[in-house]
Amino acid sequence: MPRALAPEISTWPDPDPQLLGSRCRDCEAVAFPAHRRCPRCSSRNVAETTLPRRGTLVSWTTQGFLPGPPYAGRETAATFTPFGVGLVQLDDVVRIEGRLTENDPSKLHFGMEVELTMVPIAVDDDGTETVTFAFRAV
Amino acid sequence: MNDVAIIGVGLHPFGRFDGKSAIDMGADAVQAALDDAGLQWKDMQFAVGGSWEIANPDAIVGTLGLTGLPFTNVFNACATAASATQVCADSIRVGRFDIGIAIGMDKHPRGAFTVDPTLVGMPRWYGENGQYLTTQFFGMKANKYLHDHGISQRTLAKVAAKNYRNGALNPNAFRRKPIDEDTILDSPVLNYSLTHYMFCAPDEGAAAVVMCRADMAHRFTRTPVYVRAVEIRTRRYGAYEVNTTFAPVDEDASPTVYASRAAFEAAGIAPEEVDVVQLQDTDAGAEVIHMAEAGFCADGDQEKLIAEGHTEIGGRLPVNTDGGLIANGEPIGASGLRQVHELVRQLRGEAGDRQISGTPRVGFAQLYGAPGTAAATILTT
Repeated sequence: MPRALAPEISTWPDPDPQLLGSRCRDCEAVAFPAHRRCPRCSSRNVAETTLPRRGTLVSWTTQGFLPGPPYAGRETAATFTPFGVGLVQLDDVVRIEGRLTENDPSKLHFGMEVELTMVPIAVDDDGTETVTFAFRAV
Repeated sequence: MNDVAIIGVGLHPFGRFDGKSAIDMGADAVQAALDDAGLQWKDMQFAVGGSWEIANPDAIVGTLGLTGLPFTNVFNACATAASATQVCADSIRVGRFDIGIAIGMDKHPRGAFTVDPTLVGMPRWYGENGQYLTTQFFGMKANKYLHDHGISQRTLAKVAAKNYRNGALNPNAFRRKPIDEDTILDSPVLNYSLTHYMFCAPDEGAAAVVMCRADMAHRFTRTPVYVRAVEIRTRRYGAYEVNTTFAPVDEDASPTVYASRAAFEAAGIAPEEVDVVQLQDTDAGAEVIHMAEAGFCADGDQEKLIAEGHTEIGGRLPVNTDGGLIANGEPIGASGLRQVHELVRQLRGEAGDRQISGTPRVGFAQLYGAPGTAAATILTT
């Protein structure tokens, strides 16, 4: 059974996982991951909320070199494959920064529709796979 | 309230200096600044020091002399030197001291900055996921800005090429070889649309600035440069900034916009009056974006301004005349004091091969860094 890199930030292993954020009961501002205080109005009156699964790509880039510690991927500089990164607007609720399953700039477009998915990021020595959230084209 | 004058500037070259400590580089920069002002370490009534790699910058008194002076350590990531400048200037402004020094020094290992994300209030998974990289944010911001405002990737190459060219004219720069636009464009893509040669590198170096009450300045120099404003701002709700997991749908402007606006207001000076500009060019895209955020042009005008050479040393809006971060690298604690050093040299007419023409009167410096903190400094003759 795979494990999630950060079990506390999504509903995975639900079949259609959603990210978990917080919503301010006073001003409705949504944050991700869940915040103890509202970043807009400083209220402590916040509650956990599930975030929409679908959104559009507001911006994107690629990660072209191996990230340093504490990166969980077990590649080396020689085996590293660049990955895409995007800022995704989930409906009209919030924008989330996350990995993209696509790393080819010619296939990434501003405004393209994406949805949440889980992708492998590492396999432990005992064969256990670690998965993390990412966005893929719809 | 006193006006504040800069009467001495000193720089230890930026680059890599194996075997030389950050404190020793800092001490050399301090000595150069003191020599420039015709003063000695024992004349300093107080000091402010900033560094990332040195836990206690005040340890430099062990090298410079144990005079017992009050020493305040500051840290504000890439804006550290603005905090040092601000604390030094304001301590004189409010009359606490007459004369003092701001010091910045650092010595970073090679490669992109990496630290434990939990040390800056970020969740650990953000780093484990491969997102805790400042360069990644700069790629994301530049890519969107290019798309939204019709800026070409070649314009980014032009900016980097200009800064390498300016660095070649600066004996203190880290990168002193011109690199042509095609080589910059063809270098490996680190974070699309930014290539290797469009980024600065963390490196080593130090800088120091001696300040005093403006009414005393002519005792020490014939060419005082006045500190008119130093403003620092953190991110507002709505800004999408470096090292953040999310952003609101309703956008607000970057902290550079607010810091610059506040600095111009405090100084009573308009962007059109500025003769020489230092911008945080962590990458070439950042220089382009900061031109607009600081108030020097409208979004999108950079394409034409840069193509026509207006940001060159000979242009009407010279930007990063000493090569900026791209040619000097970024020793975090020292970087903003390097900007002040260059502005003072330009305003005094002492910038040698890279001196801008005419009689420059107003200089502007901007810093930006994690986690969405910006600073703007305005100096005048």
